[in-house]
Amino acid sequence: MAVVGRAALVLALLTTLFGIGASLYGARRGRREWVEVGRRSVYALVAILTVGIAILEVAFISNDFAYNTVANNSSLTTPLVYRAAAMWGSQEGSLLLWVWLLSIWSSLAVFLTRNRLKEVVPYAVAVLLGFGTFFTSLLVFFATPFGQTSPAPQNGVGLDPLLRNPAMIIHPPMLYSGYTFFAIPFAFAVGALITRRVDAEWIQVARRFALASWLFLGVGVLLGARWAYYEIGWGGYWGWDPVENAALMPWLISTAFLHSIMIQEKRGMLKIWNASLVLGASTLAIFGTFLVRSGVLQSIHAFGASTLGVPFVLLIATMVAGSIYLVVSRRDVLRSEHQLDSLFSREAAFMLNNIVLVGLCFVIFWGTVFPLISQAFTGTTASVGPPWFDRYTVPLALVLVLLSGIGPVIPWRRATLANARRNFALPVAASVAMLIAAYTVVPISSSVPTVILFCAVAFVFASVGQEFWRGWRVRRAMSGDSPPLALISMVRRNQRRYGGYIVHLGIATLFLGVAASATFQHTHYVNLDRGQSDTVGGFTFTNEGPTAAIVDDPSGTGALLTLGAVVRVSRDGRRVTTLRPTAEYFADASGAEGPVGSLIGGDAVSELALDSTWRRDISAAINAVPLQASLQGEINYANKLVTPKLLAQQPTLPYILLAIVARNYLRHPPPAPLKLASSPLVMWLWLGALIVLFGGLIAIWPPPGAVRRRVRARYLARVAQDLGRA
Amino acid sequence: MNSSRKRHVRLVVSLTLAVALASGLVYTSFSAADPALTPTQLLARAQPGVTYQLTGTVVAGSVRHRADGVLDFSLSDRAGGGRSVPVSYTGAVPDPFRVGRELIVTVNKSGNSFVAQPNSMITKCPSKYVAAPNPKST
Repeated sequence: MAVVGRAALVLALLTTLFGIGASLYGARRGRREWVEVGRRSVYALVAILTVGIAILEVAFISNDFAYNTVANNSSLTTPLVYRAAAMWGSQEGSLLLWVWLLSIWSSLAVFLTRNRLKEVVPYAVAVLLGFGTFFTSLLVFFATPFGQTSPAPQNGVGLDPLLRNPAMIIHPPMLYSGYTFFAIPFAFAVGALITRRVDAEWIQVARRFALASWLFLGVGVLLGARWAYYEIGWGGYWGWDPVENAALMPWLISTAFLHSIMIQEKRGMLKIWNASLVLGASTLAIFGTFLVRSGVLQSIHAFGASTLGVPFVLLIATMVAGSIYLVVSRRDVLRSEHQLDSLFSREAAFMLNNIVLVGLCFVIFWGTVFPLISQAFTGTTASVGPPWFDRYTVPLALVLVLLSGIGPVIPWRRATLANARRNFALPVAASVAMLIAAYTVVPISSSVPTVILFCAVAFVFASVGQEFWRGWRVRRAMSGDSPPLALISMVRRNQRRYGGYIVHLGIATLFLGVAASATFQHTHYVNLDRGQSDTVGGFTFTNEGPTAAIVDDPSGTGALLTLGAVVRVSRDGRRVTTLRPTAEYFADASGAEGPVGSLIGGDAVSELALDSTWRRDISAAINAVPLQASLQGEINYANKLVTPKLLAQQPTLPYILLAIVARNYLRHPPPAPLKLASSPLVMWLWLGALIVLFGGLIAIWPPPGAVRRRVRARYLARVAQDLGRA
Repeated sequence: MNSSRKRHVRLVVSLTLAVALASGLVYTSFSAADPALTPTQLLARAQPGVTYQLTGTVVAGSVRHRADGVLDFSLSDRAGGGRSVPVSYTGAVPDPFRVGRELIVTVNKSGNSFVAQPNSMITKCPSKYVAAPNPKST
């Protein structure tokens, strides 16, 4: 089957090249049939790559260790769901997933535009297939997933236990969908610029695709943040790691684009800026891929040096040079039709929002690539830490949140004093009320940025709430619908607008969680004996005693030994919750740690125990590595007891001794190395993310009118066809 | 003032502002950055009172968990060989911490050894993005 897989990849590469040729030939010569051939190459690419990915998935699920990638990333003891997900645990497997998702989203885009943008589509198809060519040639020439070893090893090394988390199943595909989706706005922008068709129809298509990529990438990033929040030593939900930054940068630029494209739509302004943003966002998405895969930065995601750096640099250079050439050579069609009327207008608010977003992206870009820059200028690699990032991103984020409240209520063209009073009275009152509350009821006054942020959030809630209320009242009066129905019909009549408002509410909610939890979190790292307590952020954590389970692992990850502690949390003498953090230990296949030690000598995973309410998160984790070290004396003793002769008589002896070690742990537990934390309002972060997702889906959902129009157009076309025949 | 002149002035003012802000950013990044060094580089030039980001591989036989919760270990260059740097660490130990693993830790020189800042050890996501010809190493 490996031969079929390799052949599929080669065929995929040839298909992309053929499709590019067909599209370009068809576009240049005006031959519709060749354009159609190009389009169908995209569909064919999906089919061919699906064959490749299916072969590899079958190999993973059926434990075919003849494949190097299976042997390196999976094992007999890896549970089924994680065997399936192990495919994208490797460089080559994740590249295959990448190009497969690219082909799927490309064909979706090509399908949705099958009757639109006739001139632009062939070039967009060629660009999309160009990305396909790049990634399939990486798979064919640099990192083949179908490499085999003969004879096949008996067992594989297993999926890294840290990756045995439900997030592993959904986070990478979601993130890759976000990254690959960015190829689509790029392709359509390139097509529109080549054909000089930067018109209203293009705007509509580009905006939708940009919104989809924005949504996917955002969800992917947040799933990653949520996963990191649960892992000990991953820096919480955000740690300014280069790989996190790499995903945030295109997302920020795409946010800027989604706003400024509205100015182009309504007022015909900022065309050069918009074209640059959409091209830049996609280039940054590829740059992010490069950061993860080249090993050029000391990222905590990518330690190993990789050979993929050079091809990626070439791709990025091509994208940058091509984008600049296109924007400069097409500046005649990108001329602005209007000028800014007033600095107090929605246009100006959007421009400020764009400047802040691009500034934010620049800060993050600079901080991320700083090690390379400092290497070039001073000869020493140096890196900036989270405090440096916070210093610049916090003020910019404050401005952004405030703008997300101003934008929806400030009128286009020019704001007058009268409508300023009408629109801003309530939001300003809400912020003032929040300010008073901050210094009286809500205990946040010790951190000025947090107070400012809370006031900005109050402003957003009031201004967006006011817009909803006014729209709803008008809708009720006009339609005579019942109140809930009027709300729904109001949103459905203008999904983009109200979807966008909901996104703003979500972002404000999310920042509420970020600000409160980042400023007022308390973390202690302590060793607690049975019965001992520690107070963290007003909560008293008491170690009530140990837990242990052998073979039967509670979380279904395939761990052989699970040790833990029961931690009771109380506040002012009253019980709040009981946490059961565990540490899971996996076997070491090499056997280097002796017969008993090797049973738990592989990787270890600390499973966080979390109690989350809308007010606060309380968590406890038992630190796997030091806990294991405290058992090392007993393990060494047990290792000595297992002689080859005894082992031959009783092969299960190491397991029995491990069970005794576990029982001794229950009877005489060593002090538990605990990481105890309390942080307020974390749930608001996730809630805000869900609201953003919900609003984004509303904005992107095809409006009811569009479906009706499309059905009607199809019907009319059919009628016309029939009439023509008659 | 006519409108094209006004636009011109606006453009110059905003560009100047942007350049000024960017240079501020660039300047602070150079002064705020911690040098990221390998163990060999660190031993050659470490000064007391300076914070360094040390990247290295955990040396076999060097790991010792003390009863007071301090973790002692030594780091050597990724390529292997060279001298190793002794580090004392407190705080959360990331799960992937093992002999032979590569990690980043923020350290200060203290006498002949190095004291790590609490909870500064990073071994984040263990994705195995490695060179194609050598798919075995982590």
